[in-house]
Amino acid sequence: MIPLKRLVATVVLLLTVSMNLLAQQAASQEIEMADRLREDGKIWVVVGVIALIFAGIVLYLVRLDSKISKLEKKIH
Amino acid sequence: MKKNWWKILTVVLLFYVLVMGMVGRVPRQPILNETVRNLYFHVTMWFGMVIFLFTSLVYAIRYLRSNNITDDDKSAEFAKTGILFGLIGYVTGALWGSATWGDPLPKDPKIISAAIAMLAYFAYLVLRGAFEDEQKRARISSTYNIFAFVIFNVLIWILPRLTDSLHPGNGGNPGFKIYDSDNVMKPVFYPAIMGWTLLGVWITTLRVRIKNLDRKLSEV
Repeated sequence: MIPLKRLVATVVLLLTVSMNLLAQQAASQEIEMADRLREDGKIWVVVGVIALIFAGIVLYLVRLDSKISKLEKKIH
Repeated sequence: MKKNWWKILTVVLLFYVLVMGMVGRVPRQPILNETVRNLYFHVTMWFGMVIFLFTSLVYAIRYLRSNNITDDDKSAEFAKTGILFGLIGYVTGALWGSATWGDPLPKDPKIISAAIAMLAYFAYLVLRGAFEDEQKRARISSTYNIFAFVIFNVLIWILPRLTDSLHPGNGGNPGFKIYDSDNVMKPVFYPAIMGWTLLGVWITTLRVRIKNLDRKLSEV
């Protein structure tokens, strides 16, 4: 015969384990978003990189624009 | 400098879009998750393309009425920028689709229609390359431009709506509005359309100016 104490302990253990599983299921049902990414603040690194690339492209366009303007002045 | 204020506006708008597009609040949607931010980047490419191809059509008609070769230059350069934006839209759509629809190029009527519409404009470029005489090239390609624009619009606006499609707002699907029910994306989406379109206009004007210079040099 199984001692009552051990039986109760086993049931409690099984319950806690299954509760844990239920909680996990609930968490995975939430829609995942990059919350942690922004909490960590690291998304700003990516924003910075994009901003730098964009600044480079704009600088390139501005220089191209002014070069064409100079040529136009030369020819007119 | 007075004539260049819109270039500053372009940079300011796009800078705002790039930053807010990455960190701004977006609606929580299953499957889409954070990729809903592509609304500011992928979708705006197609908006820009339609605007450029329409501008190209307007200049083509202007050329046919005026016979002024600079109108044809503008028409051709706007068409080229439109094609560039279309290609970028296609590639970015494939990347987005592979993450959300599970296939970069699913057999979707809108994707196939867009590919055929792009082919109509590739044919426009081939047609332009086939002529030596400037006026002849301008006249025939301007006429073809009208035809291509009609085909393009039938293909991307009408046909996908007649059948089932994965794209929002097509084939009985609800429009994008359901994803943005509380309108948090509009303050970034509308500036994004304006910003990317203005960037395309800037690039087009640079190309038109180079063409003008080239013409002046060959006359000398």
